[in-house]
Amino acid sequence: MTNPFTPKYPTVKSAFWGGVREAAGVPMLIMGASFLGFGSMIKDINWSIWLALYSTLSTWALPGQIAMAEMASSGAPLLAIVLAVGLINARLLPMVAALLPQVRNSGTPKWVYYAVAMIIAATSWVGTMRRLPDLRQDQKLPFLAGFGLLLYCGSPFFAATGYMLSGSVPTPITLAFIFLNPLYFVLLFLMDLEDPGRIFALILGAIIGPLTFMLTPDWTLIITGLVGGTLAWALGHCVKTKRGADG
Amino acid sequence: MDSLPYSPILVITFAAIATYASRGLGTLLSGRLQAGDEIVEWITCVTYALMAGLIVRMIILPIGALTETPDWVRIASTVVGLIVFFMSRKNIGLGVLAGSASLACFMWS
Repeated sequence: MTNPFTPKYPTVKSAFWGGVREAAGVPMLIMGASFLGFGSMIKDINWSIWLALYSTLSTWALPGQIAMAEMASSGAPLLAIVLAVGLINARLLPMVAALLPQVRNSGTPKWVYYAVAMIIAATSWVGTMRRLPDLRQDQKLPFLAGFGLLLYCGSPFFAATGYMLSGSVPTPITLAFIFLNPLYFVLLFLMDLEDPGRIFALILGAIIGPLTFMLTPDWTLIITGLVGGTLAWALGHCVKTKRGADG
Repeated sequence: MDSLPYSPILVITFAAIATYASRGLGTLLSGRLQAGDEIVEWITCVTYALMAGLIVRMIILPIGALTETPDWVRIASTVVGLIVFFMSRKNIGLGVLAGSASLACFMWS
């Protein structure tokens, strides 16, 4: 696939602003809508707006934040919540590990990478990974910083807006805001259904989740993730080995 | 929520630490893990299964205000979102907009 444009920025500074501009379109809209939904959800469980902002700025990984709010408001034990959030966001580990080597510069101090890791989440990862190959090496880190920072700084505004709108707009609209995120994730997961392991994981998760909820509502998500995920991974492995043997 | 045995600030703080753990470890291991590594595939599968379980629960057995909506409304809105998503060549924005808008419309009547 050819890019509609090849961003070749004249300076490092313009690479940063190039990242900001790139993030300001569709990525900002999609992420903004989900943080709007998160804000409405926090209002819905009767937490203060400050908690919505604190969670957004300290965690900045929406699936984990939603799981945290959902589990806390249904009274799950603290340990179960922390484990579930840790497992959900463990996907950031390989994402960060894959992205950072690409933006490495010889002169940059190490702490910068630990700071930049904070602004790497699903949206900024997808949005920068495909652009980085077109950029000169010294422009990659500023581009990522601009892209991630705009989204990071924008998200508390969307969360606050969602919080304040809910309750002040007619109830059906508030409900639609809260419904945004579950629906968003359903569609997001249906985007790439190439890998057999991931397909099994979705199916098993959807089955094991409700079943274990009846048995142990507090620990259902941990069990669903570990059991369903491991089983799916093994099944996906079998399918891939078989395909390899056939082809 | 008064019934919680812990303060929300504590939950959020621990959730944030659990999240940064992955980012920090990813920075430490950067360059040593690749997409396609078995451990990466396993982590992805665990995330997918866990999120699938959570999302199904949020749609079928919701908490908070969504409990006011009948089951059929949430399911029908999800179906509308899915149809628009697939008809628009997997446009997430359009799918989410259509699904959420239909939930609002169903509840208006």
